[in-house]
Amino acid sequence: MATGAGTEQTQVIEEIEPFEAQQEIEGGDVVLIDTREPHEYQEAHLDGGTLVPPAMLADQIEAAAPDKSARTLLYCRSGNRSGIAAAQLQSLGYTNVASVAGGIIAWQEQGLPVVSASGMTAEQRERYSRHTLLPEVGVDGQIKLLNAKVLLLGAGGLGAPTALYLAAAGVGTIGLVDDDVVDASNLQRQVIHNTERIGMPKTTSARIFIEQLNPDVKVVEHNGRLDASNILAVMEDYDIVVDGADNFPTRYLLNDASVRTRKPVVSASILGFDGQVSTFMPYEGPCYRCLFPTPPPAELAPSCSANGVLGVMAGTMGTLQANEVIKLVLGAGEPLIGRLLLYDALGTTFTELKVRRDPDCPICGEHAAEIPESEMGQFPDYDLFCAGAGGDR
Amino acid sequence: MATVRIPPVLRPKTGGNSEVDAAGGNVGEVLRALTAAHPDTSAQLFDAEGELNRYVNVYLNDEDVRVLDGLETAVKDSDSVVILPAMAGGAF
Repeated sequence: MATGAGTEQTQVIEEIEPFEAQQEIEGGDVVLIDTREPHEYQEAHLDGGTLVPPAMLADQIEAAAPDKSARTLLYCRSGNRSGIAAAQLQSLGYTNVASVAGGIIAWQEQGLPVVSASGMTAEQRERYSRHTLLPEVGVDGQIKLLNAKVLLLGAGGLGAPTALYLAAAGVGTIGLVDDDVVDASNLQRQVIHNTERIGMPKTTSARIFIEQLNPDVKVVEHNGRLDASNILAVMEDYDIVVDGADNFPTRYLLNDASVRTRKPVVSASILGFDGQVSTFMPYEGPCYRCLFPTPPPAELAPSCSANGVLGVMAGTMGTLQANEVIKLVLGAGEPLIGRLLLYDALGTTFTELKVRRDPDCPICGEHAAEIPESEMGQFPDYDLFCAGAGGDR
Repeated sequence: MATVRIPPVLRPKTGGNSEVDAAGGNVGEVLRALTAAHPDTSAQLFDAEGELNRYVNVYLNDEDVRVLDGLETAVKDSDSVVILPAMAGGAF
């Protein structure tokens, strides 16, 4: 029997064997508390166990175990800390508390199951510990990120910050499409490149940075431009596409290919002090063409090279894209599906607009033509489509 | 008066203003009031037949007027009319 710590009288604490605890847990109506430290919890814990470290017990136990009359089981590594915590809980008025004898060590010795970070190495458990502490990520979510394959269209103003945060987050495969080389005028915003690497292909420069940041990430360089002839082959190996393209033909091509292949696209665009971002999930929400059925004429669509762009605003939009990607991988939160978020960096204001599926959308609408397998790789001429935009003006 | 939010590409035609107050009982009237005050915006917003150009999205507050009553959509003084052209600026 463990004894109460620092209390006036010795308390009797019920101890139960791991197999008994497991039967109770399986029977339901049990609150299971892990009284260890966060790093121990991350390594392995009992399924359903809520972490309440000893130092946090008084502050956190009521949130973790609101009903003081409920059956409350505590465990730690070997049974000592959980015994002390059980005595504290009894002092706090909990009436049905037990400590698991021998802790998680005895539990595992008896061959009972735990939730472990076994899919990750010790280095990964350390590297991603701030992620795995979040209930929305956890070990399972981090493993999803490590297995995710994300294609970034552009390794520039948007792609640079997106790539940095996706790489840091441990997204296991990052594909980079870009046909440009690093230029001095890029460095005001494209933070993945640097002065030494001016003249180097952007995909290579970005790969060097990512490999130094996180050896878990495999970088695939697609040093070229996406076009109708290669887009399906390039997209095939990826789960999610991040659109940071600088021209309308590529954006419409990507949209049409992603709807055909039912892959989500996290899309952003930037100009001056303004940015737009949305997530296009084929058939679940609108596509890019539902939002913008027709590209604008050239005078209404200046490029960043002609108009200028605030570097940090590109960073804001790129990191918002990374945030969307991570939520899609985790299946957590509310992605920007059917919502267009506008950011005005001068006013520091965000505006959200509703975007609806267009029943008449030629790509994803009710009357969109089925595309036979043999024509999957055939696309219209987007340069012509965009050049003709705006009619006769 | 309703507030019209002007996208970056149109601001040179509104004296640099990102918001312009414009009177009108519906979206069409508000946009006409805008083009009356800033005539250079007209060709960007409307086609030769006086219809909204297809590449310009217009929202009343957060809703696309295409799913409301288009240019006939009623506007209150406290409303915001957002003009939104597609932007392609990105990464390269």
